[in-house]
Amino acid sequence: MNRIDKSLLEKISALHNISLGAVNIRKNGEVVKRENSAEIEIVPKKNKSGIDVFIKPNLKNKAVHIPVIITEGGIDDLVFNDFFVGENAFVTIVAGCGIHNTSSDTSRHNGIHSFHLEKGAHVRYIERHIGEGNGKGGKILNPTTKIFQKENSTLEIETLQLGGVTSSARKTVATLGKGAFLRIQENILTENDNTATTDFKVTLNGENSKVEVVSRSVAKGKSVQKFQSNLVGKASCFGRVECDGILLDEARIVSVPMIDAVSKDASLTHEASIGKIAGDELVKLMTLGLNEKEAEDVIIKGFLLG
Amino acid sequence: MLKIEDLSYLVSDGDKEIVKNVNLHFLDGKIYVITGPNGSGKSTLVKLIMGIIPPTAGKIIFDGKDITDLSIDERANLGMSYAFQQPVTFKGLKVKDILNIASHKENDFNALCDLLSKVGLCAKDYLQRPLDGKLSGGELKRIELAMVLARESKLNIFDEPEAGIDLWSFESLTNIFKNLNSTTIIVSHQTKILEIADSCILLKNGKVEKIGRYDEIKPFLSTTCGKLRGGNE
Repeated sequence: MNRIDKSLLEKISALHNISLGAVNIRKNGEVVKRENSAEIEIVPKKNKSGIDVFIKPNLKNKAVHIPVIITEGGIDDLVFNDFFVGENAFVTIVAGCGIHNTSSDTSRHNGIHSFHLEKGAHVRYIERHIGEGNGKGGKILNPTTKIFQKENSTLEIETLQLGGVTSSARKTVATLGKGAFLRIQENILTENDNTATTDFKVTLNGENSKVEVVSRSVAKGKSVQKFQSNLVGKASCFGRVECDGILLDEARIVSVPMIDAVSKDASLTHEASIGKIAGDELVKLMTLGLNEKEAEDVIIKGFLLG
Repeated sequence: MLKIEDLSYLVSDGDKEIVKNVNLHFLDGKIYVITGPNGSGKSTLVKLIMGIIPPTAGKIIFDGKDITDLSIDERANLGMSYAFQQPVTFKGLKVKDILNIASHKENDFNALCDLLSKVGLCAKDYLQRPLDGKLSGGELKRIELAMVLARESKLNIFDEPEAGIDLWSFESLTNIFKNLNSTTIIVSHQTKILEIADSCILLKNGKVEKIGRYDEIKPFLSTTCGKLRGGNE
């Protein structure tokens, strides 16, 4: 691995200190490293690109890393990764994709993931996306996530995209069983002419199932972000979507909420606010000695990473 | 250390003068309390001093330097601090973050603990808490005070610092002001704060009506301010 490979991997994967259970690193459309453990088995798919990851029941505090890096232009990578998490297992899965493209040809990664959580399973899924390199070629990321949660399972998704990605389209579809909990925290920064769209659909089928979606967006330059969410409550359940956006320059953020209480016992809320940085926040930080640009940076960093 | 000369502020339509030709001289290490009825221009005057709003006429001289045209951050970096009447909240910044920004350094736990203890808060309960609307008004007000203490400035300005801190004793608050060892300007109506002032400045309709110790201006307060607020309200 060269310096760029290591730097990209560090940025998208070095996020925790949980002991590693298994790893699958993909570079420019090819697998470059794969390690299994006794409790976590990674099996390559036979008829298409991708892997099945089997996590044994009751496994505690182990991590699976499946980062993808692209360091060339003209790559169009499509990969299918399916996770099968056994009953009462508790694992951290670190995914994400880093594209370093200095060429004039566009590179694209389409990661199609599915999560199948058995009863009582608990997964923390961390997905970091970055784009680097000053080539004119696009750096495009299109993650699709399909989620199937059984009774009393928990899935916590943390998505972070900090600029440089010219275009991203995220699609997440989830179905929650009895007592299942899904939490999604999505933080996205776009700049220049970037576009980023997010589309969530969560169906709460089980009694006492719960979903929380928190989206924080910062749009700079002439970038455009679009956030769509659709919560469908088919049982006595709780769902909350919060979408906050900060606009700078000539950027635009669109938020499209939809909540559908099919069951009269469903409790669903959506809150959205979009606007420029509050003037009183800038003034407060300036009274502490920061100039306007430094104050703006502190506010944005806190908003996205705090 | 701070002089304001013929300072005026007209609202943008130009027909209402909020602060009118105010001349004041603040000396090193003294405590000044600006008081007066609602709408008398107290908060506007301290905002003008900090540069939060620009004056329409007049000069502000700080340590011999004309700072009238300096930005807020330039004044802050010369040694001025300002505690807001309504503390500002942030999405994503923690109490620890804002105290480190205020003091311009990464403080260890003990240093941050000392700061928060001075305003009656326990560091282990507060340092990791987001500085957002989930904190009560009183908690935010005390953290606002702690930010000023963290800066160790030559000039400290407090706009109605007592509001919302009713569960904390006034004595603790006035002790903070007495122990600052800096020039302190406080906007307040509270008797117990007026009592600790080296000099009280009574404003009325944007003009200085009277300057003196509390007992000297007290006879003018009842007619100018209406009912004066006691320390425990």
